[in-house]
Amino acid sequence: MPAEHYTRLQEIIKPYLPEDVTVEDIKEDSHFINELNINSANLVDIILDVEDAYDIVLENEDMENMQTVSDALAIINNKLEGKA
Amino acid sequence: MSRRVVITGMGVCSPIGNDLDTFAGALQNGVSGIRFQPLLSDLNFGCQIAGKPIVNDELLNKYFTSLELRDLKATGLVYGVIAGCEAWKDAGLKVDEKDEPDWDSGIIFGAGILGVDKFRDAIYKVDEQQVRRLGSTTVIQTMASGISAYLGGKLGCGNQVTTNSSACTTGTEGLMMACDRIQANKAERILVGSASDSGPYVWGGFDAMRILPRKYNTDPEKASRPMSASASGFVPGSGAGALVLESLESALSRGARIYAEILGGFVNSGGHRNGGSMTAPNSKAVQRCISKTVSNAAIMPEEIDAINGHLTATSKDPVEIHNWSVALGLKGSEFPYVNAFKGHMGHCLAAGGALESVGTILQFRDRQIYGNINCEDLHPDIGAVVDPEKVPSKSVDYPPKIIAKASFGFGDVNACVIFSQYNP
Repeated sequence: MPAEHYTRLQEIIKPYLPEDVTVEDIKEDSHFINELNINSANLVDIILDVEDAYDIVLENEDMENMQTVSDALAIINNKLEGKA
Repeated sequence: MSRRVVITGMGVCSPIGNDLDTFAGALQNGVSGIRFQPLLSDLNFGCQIAGKPIVNDELLNKYFTSLELRDLKATGLVYGVIAGCEAWKDAGLKVDEKDEPDWDSGIIFGAGILGVDKFRDAIYKVDEQQVRRLGSTTVIQTMASGISAYLGGKLGCGNQVTTNSSACTTGTEGLMMACDRIQANKAERILVGSASDSGPYVWGGFDAMRILPRKYNTDPEKASRPMSASASGFVPGSGAGALVLESLESALSRGARIYAEILGGFVNSGGHRNGGSMTAPNSKAVQRCISKTVSNAAIMPEEIDAINGHLTATSKDPVEIHNWSVALGLKGSEFPYVNAFKGHMGHCLAAGGALESVGTILQFRDRQIYGNINCEDLHPDIGAVVDPEKVPSKSVDYPPKIIAKASFGFGDVNACVIFSQYNP
């Protein structure tokens, strides 16, 4: 999995982190809601930001499956491969 | 004997300033906040001027997180949160970050409509079949209760947190709702306020009704002329005002500064009868609202030192003055001082009641009756009822003890309140 996607995803997630969570706390296996304490409503915004950043469209099932950072990376990879 | 209710904090986000001292200074010195609005001109409005707060990034960053600021388009929400937080701070109330909310503190923050610019964006996206791209804040920026909801979280209030809406009566009505709740022992303090969005989508309907002045686009500061013979319509405004109402016991126990006491008030409706309609007041209802207010406050009309009217700068201003005169049984030199802050700010619609109440109360602090602007040519029908000296063009050094404030709104709804200096 390309490291650049991981860094890029960290940047996308960063503005949604609560005050007591830093960007260093974002690990590959971090759960967005349970570990990073991201407001579930903001997951919708993260998905839109991911779509804009990679010029891809996530389906409803992608959104439901996107629980952790690595889920997101896998979905992004998958979509980019589909595009290529 | 019901509990006494006092005002311990105030805040504004207004066309004439976003802090109390700038706001009071503008009212005191006759500074106008009415400016030419290029957007209204581009959109071919008849009236291309308005009163709109100038909110810089520093102020935004003080009250909103960077995440909250992303795609924040609800201007009324911005104004309301700023005014509400300023009032809370002004009251010396701290925001406690503990897990428990403050069960004794509530919020009643009214609005006529909220987040119109945000809603416009949403409508475009929905019509383009892009509903999935609305993001998470479309709802919270456009729900009527958006301001009270935001403030409830920022201030940690655990009492009733709600929103009232009664057009231009909203802010003044909110004061009476909060008073009732505090007097019923259901809350110790309530942040009361009202806000109105800025912009063409809010003001357009009024322009279409041809009730806004069209001849002052190159001379905006002269446009809003309450009580003037040359008044030709109200200038649209926007912003928010907020006041912390508190039981006297609570205010005394925490050693709070007390700006004023609410002696009483009344809210009613004219039922679109007797000349009243969706857009015009039933004079009988207005008079009844005023006289019920006076009896509810247990004062004599002669004790009222000043009136801050609704007085929008339309042809209805003389009718309003006539109604005050009949209701109070006072005329000529017996009539109290009367002023209208819409000359400075324009008609801030739903925000008007709260913003004008803040201005009204600051007159106790400043020991002055603030002057009117743009009514050097007092309407003769007003001059026939009130001694022109009681409609001052410059601020008068006269320390008021009791001031009446009223707001009237579309739908034929009325609210009136009596403020007094605080007498221990």
